[in-house]
Amino acid sequence: MPSKKNLSTPSTSTSTTTTTSSSASATAAATATPTNPFTILGGIFKNYSRSTPQRTKLIDAFLGFLVITGVLQFAYCVVAGNYPFNAFLAGFSATVGQFVLTASLRIQSNPANKSEFASVSPERAFADFVFCSIILHLFCTNFIN
Amino acid sequence: MSSMEALLKDESTRNVRRLLKVLILITIAGAAVSSRLFSVIRFESIIHEFDPWFNFRASKYLVKNGFYNFWDWFDDRTWHPLGRVTGGTLYPGLMVTSGAIYHILRMLSMPVDIRNICVLLAPAFSGLTALATYLFTKEMKDESAGLLAAAFIGIAPGYISRSVAGSYDNEAIAIFLLMFTFYLWIKALKDGSAFWGALCALFYFYMVAAWGGYVFITNMIPLHAFVLVLMGRYSPRLYVAYTSWFALGTLGSMQVPFVGFLPIRSSEHMAALGVFGLLQLVGFVEFVRYQVPSRQFKTLLKALIFIVFALSSAILVLLTVSGVIAPWSGRFYSLWDTGYAKIHIPIIASVSEHQPTAWPAFFFDLEMLIWLFPAGIYMCFSTLQDQHVFVIIYGIMASYFAGVMVRLMLTLTPVVCVSAAIALSNILDVYLSIKTPTTPTVGASSADDRKEKKPRVNILSAGKDSIVGIYSKASNIAVIAAFSIYLFVFVLHCTWVTSNAYSSPSVVLASRLPDGSQHIIDDYREAYYWLRKNTPDDAKIMSWWDYGYQIGGMADRTTLVDNNTWNNTHIATVGKAMSSREEVAYPILRQHDVDYVLVIFGGLLGYSGDDINKFLWMIRIAEGVWPDEVKERDFFTPRGEYRVDDAATDTMKNSLMYKMSYYNYQSLFPAGQAQDRVRNAKLPAVGPTLSILDEAFTSENWIVRIYKVKDLDNLGRDHVSAAAFGAGKKKSKKTKAGKGAQRKLRVV
Repeated sequence: MPSKKNLSTPSTSTSTTTTTSSSASATAAATATPTNPFTILGGIFKNYSRSTPQRTKLIDAFLGFLVITGVLQFAYCVVAGNYPFNAFLAGFSATVGQFVLTASLRIQSNPANKSEFASVSPERAFADFVFCSIILHLFCTNFIN
Repeated sequence: MSSMEALLKDESTRNVRRLLKVLILITIAGAAVSSRLFSVIRFESIIHEFDPWFNFRASKYLVKNGFYNFWDWFDDRTWHPLGRVTGGTLYPGLMVTSGAIYHILRMLSMPVDIRNICVLLAPAFSGLTALATYLFTKEMKDESAGLLAAAFIGIAPGYISRSVAGSYDNEAIAIFLLMFTFYLWIKALKDGSAFWGALCALFYFYMVAAWGGYVFITNMIPLHAFVLVLMGRYSPRLYVAYTSWFALGTLGSMQVPFVGFLPIRSSEHMAALGVFGLLQLVGFVEFVRYQVPSRQFKTLLKALIFIVFALSSAILVLLTVSGVIAPWSGRFYSLWDTGYAKIHIPIIASVSEHQPTAWPAFFFDLEMLIWLFPAGIYMCFSTLQDQHVFVIIYGIMASYFAGVMVRLMLTLTPVVCVSAAIALSNILDVYLSIKTPTTPTVGASSADDRKEKKPRVNILSAGKDSIVGIYSKASNIAVIAAFSIYLFVFVLHCTWVTSNAYSSPSVVLASRLPDGSQHIIDDYREAYYWLRKNTPDDAKIMSWWDYGYQIGGMADRTTLVDNNTWNNTHIATVGKAMSSREEVAYPILRQHDVDYVLVIFGGLLGYSGDDINKFLWMIRIAEGVWPDEVKERDFFTPRGEYRVDDAATDTMKNSLMYKMSYYNYQSLFPAGQAQDRVRNAKLPAVGPTLSILDEAFTSENWIVRIYKVKDLDNLGRDHVSAAAFGAGKKKSKKTKAGKGAQRKLRVV
């Protein structure tokens, strides 16, 4: 119970910071829009790095890593051919599946989505993530032969 | 009595209700199981139709040889020269389920024969289907609607028809898996939980392993998600539920060897992939929109979604056209282009279950549910939430498919039960609330949500009273009584239909004698048992593909073709042998090592499902492969009639099938009076002669006739002249006038 409180208090605080910072960046973006699109992107990035909690950033780094792995696998498949097609599929769908599951975890643990996921606490979301990942890897190792 | 009321009003009323719920569900399961036992009680515990005989044989193999051998099973006793890689060409879910039950019962020291497990698997799973339907409907409305839906699906004849005891077919467990997967999907969507999504994927995997109809789920869930996106109901919950289902479910479905790479390669699965990509886009765009609250940016992104979606579907079309992705398979394509199968693939059109449904069939199979069904759909519209969209889509799609194909009535039945239960439970909610609002003031304050429905429901009688709502006991009682009567009649109808229409095994034919006692015609098993006992173990039997599984299962002999119609040319070869002259057929029989030929003939008994009535399909299938040698037109009289009597064409009279069916048949009747009771035709006075076959066995009622293929002639003559010589010689022994007869035979 106390741990939950610990978790919930920073999340609420971050959400408040999110709203304030986003409104601040909104004004910044509004002033920047007419000039050039790069400032918008820079604003997005600045906004992101300021408002996102540390754990979510960690998840995002993992997501980026998965994207890179998937792209590399696909590029290799395109270059070298797909002879053991099941091996390619197993590896590629492992990255895609893991990406999707991690993105789900990110969405579920995002405090802004709390109203959507009434019955899914962040701990529950993590347990779900572990459960799904285990199944995914079982299927993949079975499929790769 | 008073203590009972106190109990009900107590806090423990929840427990009482729970007890009642459990009791009702157990009773429903009991009713579902016991209404499926008619055929076991009347006849015996036996596997019924054609397909289940293969499933039964595979289950026996699984139980005897273990799972790994079953997985790698190469069956050399079917499709004779070719054999069949059984482990890779079947859905193993059914056999593995019954094998697991077999071993569990054995572990509990209850050694039950595998046959009894196979026979009673479908009734057992129908109980589980009732439970799954309860859970599904509970997500749609409330528990009372769930109980109603469970009761409906427990006894609805549309589902019983495919799940009576003894019909050991894939559908037996598939409908349970279908409903449970849908329940888990709805649950995952409502909670936005990856756990439920993963469970949904696991049961989807089980469903894929069990039935080819899993494609229905593969397209229903994406369609639901897509419609939700189009309605602007995208939510993070949808993303979580769909992607966790798709990622795990697709990977799971590829584990089944029969499915293999199909989820990547075939068009049936592309909708799921497309919606998966779409959801990624929508999810990303929502994420970005949350970051940047600019309005123009939002519209820009919406345009981006649209463009990417159009682009990806264009790529999909391109890939399909270029052949990277396989187009729709004929079986599924014929659902859209309903004339396709009849023109291009006669083997699909030849199955009686693939015909369109007539409207009495809907009433026959669903009785009152069929008119409550649209009302329930309407009520889903009036309380439109994410899960109701699913029922609506499912209802529309399933009713289309059931209209196109008789056998798909099976997938319609669950949604009809759910929807009818929603409608009926709405009615009961309104009209059963007698106690609470005795005075309108109290009623208005206590039940405001009920108040909204009241004017709509009793719009006819409401005008007289100044009070809005139905507080008069008379109207309540009238409506409730009417619906109770409907429900009772529903039960009667279901029991009657089950008992009379759907509980007859096709292996034994039952008829009634004039005194009302039952007479059983058991020719099939008589003949198959003859084959089993009196032929060498490696004898090859040629018959039409309908009987392939039964011969393999009951006679335990090698067959040329069977109900798994994976090689159309091979079936056409058998069709050609059956529909050509003896001289043409004999080399085919020799080339395929055929020892015995088996035909079904119903002319004596009036059994209409015999081979002469199926003959036209044999001709059509053979004509599809050898259009020059077999021509359908030749089997019709100049006036275009299909006849077997004197007016039959020469091609018809000389075909092997005609000769085998009517060989010696006229000997049963006084001269010149041979009568075919199915075709209602008087047969020619002189019966056909057979020179390449010997009659080996004819069952009691002449339903099954088995012929042995003659060896090559010792002196090297062809069979016709050898037979003529033999016949002439016999006659010349008896009388001196034999020479004329001999010459006559030579001329013919």
